[in-house]
Amino acid sequence: MELTGAQILLKCLEEEGVDVVFGFPGGAVIDIYDAIPNSSIEHILVRHEQGAIHAADGYARATGKAGVCLVTSGPGATNTVTGIATAYMDSIPVVIFTGQVPTPLIGNDAFQEVDIVGITRSCTKHNYLVQDVRDLARTVKQAFYLARTGRPGPVLVDLPKDVVNQKCTFDYPESISLRSYNPHLKPHIGQIRKVAGLIRNAERPLIYSGGGVISSKSHEELRWLAREMKIPVTSTLMGLGAYPGDDEELWLGMLGMHGTYSANMAVHNCDLLLAVGARFDDRVTGKISEFAPYATIVHIDVDPTSIQKNVSVHVPLVADCKSALSALQKELKAVKDEVNWQRKHEQWLEQIAEWGRLHPLNYIDDEEKIKPQYVVEKIYEITKGDAIVCTEVGQNQMWAAQFYKVKEPNTFLTSGGLGTMGYGFPAAMGAQRAFPDKLVVNIAGDGSIQMNIQEMMTVVCNKLPVKIVILNNGYLGMVRQWQELFYKKNYCSTCMEAQPDFVRLAEAYGAAGYRITEKKDVEKVLREAFAVDKPVIVDVRVAQEENVYPMVPAGASLTEMLLV
Amino acid sequence: MKHTLSVMVENEPGVLSRVAGLFSGRGFNIESLNVAPTLEKGVSLMTIVAHGDESIIEQIVKQLRKLVPVITVKDFTEIKAVEREMVLLKVNAEDSKRAEILRITDIFRCKVVDVSIDELTIECTGDSGKIKAIVNLLSRFGIKEIARTGNVALKRAMQID
Ligand SMILES: Cc1ncc(C[n+]2csc(CCOP(=O)(O)OP(=O)(O)O)c2C)c(N)n1
Ligand SMILES: [Mg+2]
Repeated sequence: MELTGAQILLKCLEEEGVDVVFGFPGGAVIDIYDAIPNSSIEHILVRHEQGAIHAADGYARATGKAGVCLVTSGPGATNTVTGIATAYMDSIPVVIFTGQVPTPLIGNDAFQEVDIVGITRSCTKHNYLVQDVRDLARTVKQAFYLARTGRPGPVLVDLPKDVVNQKCTFDYPESISLRSYNPHLKPHIGQIRKVAGLIRNAERPLIYSGGGVISSKSHEELRWLAREMKIPVTSTLMGLGAYPGDDEELWLGMLGMHGTYSANMAVHNCDLLLAVGARFDDRVTGKISEFAPYATIVHIDVDPTSIQKNVSVHVPLVADCKSALSALQKELKAVKDEVNWQRKHEQWLEQIAEWGRLHPLNYIDDEEKIKPQYVVEKIYEITKGDAIVCTEVGQNQMWAAQFYKVKEPNTFLTSGGLGTMGYGFPAAMGAQRAFPDKLVVNIAGDGSIQMNIQEMMTVVCNKLPVKIVILNNGYLGMVRQWQELFYKKNYCSTCMEAQPDFVRLAEAYGAAGYRITEKKDVEKVLREAFAVDKPVIVDVRVAQEENVYPMVPAGASLTEMLLV
Repeated sequence: MKHTLSVMVENEPGVLSRVAGLFSGRGFNIESLNVAPTLEKGVSLMTIVAHGDESIIEQIVKQLRKLVPVITVKDFTEIKAVEREMVLLKVNAEDSKRAEILRITDIFRCKVVDVSIDELTIECTGDSGKIKAIVNLLSRFGIKEIARTGNVALKRAMQID
């Protein structure tokens, strides 16, 4: 039987196990929308296409599956670009379907035509323009395959209106093999032995884990390595949750610009640095020439371009983190009992504990004012760390990363690489759709939340009871912090005191709104808000000029931390 | 240092802009780029000459390999290869200079491919050093126009030092 391109697309999505698509219709995709009611796919209608792409991304981060987004041509497509770049920078598997003008019109500046394939070439893992309905099924299969395998990432498929209307027989390929794409997965055993040897001989080893551990689902292997060999662990923003944030023995907290004193000191003083699924981003390394100066650096990553890009490493290991860590585990199991690891690393762990006592992660609490860090601590206490937490970007994001002890992978969703304000709320919406029964909290800033506030309507009408906690400081706080510290307090364009009444705004959308202005109400009101069975905004008026510390000024060495 | 990269690609739409965009987007310098089909249907060979220190070239090679339609990347700096470029030169050639010009083209084993009363168009093939030399030698007669190809390269059969 012959099917239209639209029907074929939906069949492909079913074959790929997709249950939900976030999207927004328009002329170029109207035929696809026409076919949706006859498929098993649920469509969630957002209020802006940026919401759709972030929601697909949040769904992907929370589940580890690919997220899907569907938008029309022209402005619909361009509205997704920020979200595509966000997913690309953080290696998140999303597949984006964009409508396109009919093939005979392509290149004619037709109504709502943009060259979205050209526009997104540098922020997708790969992208396609489908020119014949007979190529459609194979292209969709490839798109999902590319998005999920190797180093994951967004893949865009551009669908001209005539292709979607053409007919052909539906034949879904069982598997895909591309001769030009072979994600290198298996680790080199010689390198594994070398790493095992280095671990055996190290006196001051440290694990630096990143988002790759989460995307390859290798947190169990990572935990085994740390616990059995008594190796302390620090992580990037993207890697939070791979190692439990409530483990007091080996967990050092995040490293880098807003990392903990003990994590940054440990990086500086370690003699073996095991970088797993991380990419030595400038926010992590500080001044490159002074990064981990005494360490032999091992770098495990599935993407060869990450290795030797910023930092020259001694033992490169191109492999999927999961297979590399399992191979390492096998190698180490044989010799594990020959060493008393606790004793071997005793001095090192004591040194780290000493740093922790000297400068723990803290803030100066206040009797009256609500400190934003206090709010995050309360969120952690109330949720017992079992919520899915999303963040916006700025100080709110850093305080969330510092004070919410993420315990499990896929439960802390944040825009790391791109730092996209407006990410957290729609991402929370995607995560809530994936886990309807879980508590999903978006820790937000008063600036960021206004970037995708329109999705309030989406969460209300789809009964996605996301909890938004605005750390409302009346500023674009992170920029204000830089102005305070490095620009003589010239607070140009960072004061956001002109803002909506967030409580009434929530109510106008049909959600619940709370405001907290007194410290004594924080816990009580948060508890109440989290118990409400609908979307909620909690507007918490926090100390306005609080800064995020520790802070390594941009370009400085990790040891040059500004402390509380 | 200058590197000649031989890049085999799936000849699908957009592959050239993917490669070119990689260079511009990441701030790598491209000196020349040549693309042409190979014997295998659907496969093209790009020969790219790029500048950079070892770590930049390593990144370029890896980034090229990461592009989905790129099948293989070879760096001919590490392998012995035959490399050729071609140049067409339109040179001032009044009667008094013509004999001298023809003598030079002879030494360089160039071909004269077009003649008029006071111009010669000369075709010269060689590695980049030879092309540089002929351009240099003929410039004192006055080169009116020049058209050059990029470099193309093939691995030598015998890899002896
Ligand atoms: C889309 C976007 N525009 C601008 C920035 C630059 N920026 C980074 S943090 C920040 C301030 C965010 O303010 P707010 O959401 O109130 O968070 P706060 O830092 O106050 O917690 C800005 C403007 C950005 N990251 N993303
Ligand atoms: Mg703010």
